Amino acid sequence: MGMKSPTTDTEQPAKAAWERDVLEPALAKSPERSVSFTTISGRPIERLYTPQDVADLKYDEDLGDPGVYPYTRGIHPTGYRGKLWTMRQFAGFGTPEETNERYKQLLAAGGTGLSVAFDLPTLMGRDPDHPLSLGETGKCGVNVTTLADMERLFEGISLADITTSMTINSPAPMIFAMYLVVAEQQGADWKKLSGTIQNDILKEFIAQKEYIFPPRPSMRLITDVFAFCAKEVPRWNTISVSGYHIREAGATAVQELAFTLRDGIEYVQWGIDAGLEIDDFVPRLSFFFNAHSDFFEEIAKYRAARKIWGRVMRERFGAKHERSWKLRFHTQTAGVSLTAQQPYNNVVRTALQALSAVLGGTNSLHTNSLDEALSLPTAEAATLALRTQQVIAHESGVTNIVDPLGGSYFIERLIFDMEEGAYRYFDTIDKMGGMVVAVEQGYPQREIAESAYRFQQSVEKKEKLIVGVNAYVDENEATIPILYIDDNAAEKQLARLEEVRRRRDAAKVTATLDTLRATARGTGNTMVALLDCVRAYATIGEMCDALREVWGEYEEVPSI
Amino acid sequence: MRKTRVIIAKPGLDGHDRGAKVIARALRDAGMEVIYTGLRQTPEQIAAAALQEDADVVGLSILSGAHMHICPRLMELLRAKGLEHIEVLVGGIIPDVDAPKLKAMGISGIFLPGSPMQEIIDFINERVRPRAEAV
Repeated sequence: MGMKSPTTDTEQPAKAAWERDVLEPALAKSPERSVSFTTISGRPIERLYTPQDVADLKYDEDLGDPGVYPYTRGIHPTGYRGKLWTMRQFAGFGTPEETNERYKQLLAAGGTGLSVAFDLPTLMGRDPDHPLSLGETGKCGVNVTTLADMERLFEGISLADITTSMTINSPAPMIFAMYLVVAEQQGADWKKLSGTIQNDILKEFIAQKEYIFPPRPSMRLITDVFAFCAKEVPRWNTISVSGYHIREAGATAVQELAFTLRDGIEYVQWGIDAGLEIDDFVPRLSFFFNAHSDFFEEIAKYRAARKIWGRVMRERFGAKHERSWKLRFHTQTAGVSLTAQQPYNNVVRTALQALSAVLGGTNSLHTNSLDEALSLPTAEAATLALRTQQVIAHESGVTNIVDPLGGSYFIERLIFDMEEGAYRYFDTIDKMGGMVVAVEQGYPQREIAESAYRFQQSVEKKEKLIVGVNAYVDENEATIPILYIDDNAAEKQLARLEEVRRRRDAAKVTATLDTLRATARGTGNTMVALLDCVRAYATIGEMCDALREVWGEYEEVPSI
Repeated sequence: MRKTRVIIAKPGLDGHDRGAKVIARALRDAGMEVIYTGLRQTPEQIAAAALQEDADVVGLSILSGAHMHICPRLMELLRAKGLEHIEVLVGGIIPDVDAPKLKAMGISGIFLPGSPMQEIIDFINERVRPRAEAV
């Protein structure tokens, strides 16, 4: 059944008539607050949306029922009436033991999945004793240098019974190999293991800048993971194509949507070029979006993402399985929107952002803690963030109905406009020769920096108000307790690394690293070689160094 | 009179460069000459750049929590090169308890998330006197 087309509906009063007869006299009496209104992305917003704005909307083609292509209304026929989203709180700091304790506490508090935050040395493939790791070990996340750390991280947590998401990119295959070996030690079946590795290098070049190797060998590592998992770990999400960091770096909602999905297209193309069958690996691709502050624009973004991905997989790539058409995504509330000023306001911001993700049909969600503009969260702040999700899930009533905002004149219009914007970016990037080329040329990087600067200017000019920052400023605000991470973790991890190096079989380490180098020079699957390195307790630095020797390191040309 | 010369640097392993790039551009638009070093600069590289560029100001963007290691090292290197006159500013996530320690080691300005660009521009303009162009 299609939505009635208003252009043929003579009873529908024209917007023009309303404007003339009702609006103009009202405006004459009291003008609006501003001459123009825009979203946080700078998109102009009309005063009112009516059936005329969605006159071209065809229900089956553009929306479809829930669980039906193109999945604008969601991938599950029952929405959250069946299963709620996974409440997955990103956590990690200090030593593996400290983080293990936080995980057990989050699981006890009703968290339904784990999400590992690694520290910068781990993310950059450096051991704690490397000069660049100075002051960084255990600071932004947990330090994992060898298999011994991964064993401690999941001690007492059965990997067969939980799903784990790991935010790791350039060294994703090394960390994933460690996880697989721990699962093996616990007796868990790889075939049943479920979770996600972020493994999204394109957004690192574009936004977060935690890259190690140049783009092309980095892409090969990723397609190696696709191929390995299709055979060995079939229920694992091999990548989480991430818009989150692109948005945090300053992108608009459309840029987040467009660059993320275009990254997804690039991975699919590289997978196909590597000889994989599309329907064998695409169903295991997952996505990760930001929940920023502009409520309706965000809801439209998630719904547009599902629609575009479905279309692109089915029409551009000719994927046959419905599972390849369905975009599944995780959402995190916008870290960049958190303010150091009046930090309790962040609870409210986060709740609204989380609600937009839920109304957009997210499959899993992380809510930020109120203190994260100041430090990593305290245990109390992290619990409150989880409670925020639970209140939305169980008290707000929004989970009782599938896609409650489907058919909103405003949101459906926004989807059309954002879709158009995304396809325009796709065209530009296709013409450049794909996302790898675009990234090498710095194109998305420049687009995002431009948007970031424009937004900052609008805050400076008070065109955009941020409560507590450029409006309602309180000079005498109280401070809140924060988590202070000292250098204890670094000292402990350094001592442990030394112990592992002493106890392991050095000859075995050398041999497995040699095989890794040879595999990287050839065409074999690097995952297989990495699993052997990990079993020999090779460090993340050693494994990455072996690949640095073969592939070199990427350096960005700095520009402002 | 020569323009105020500012080096914006991202030390440490972190790659989140939104703040560094936005402030670099804002200072440039405010009439300063800005050199952005790019990512993952060691204190040694930053001090060398400060000397070579005859900088008036060094602005560090640090979000990772490594400031208590990076800042003392940089200040020591600047002193060793006779560059005590350079104003060193830090922007990023700096816990309250660390602020007095950073000030004590000679860091003149600490700017937390949400600091207005204008405040940073004014801060620099108040402290750096225009110098004659070197001949």
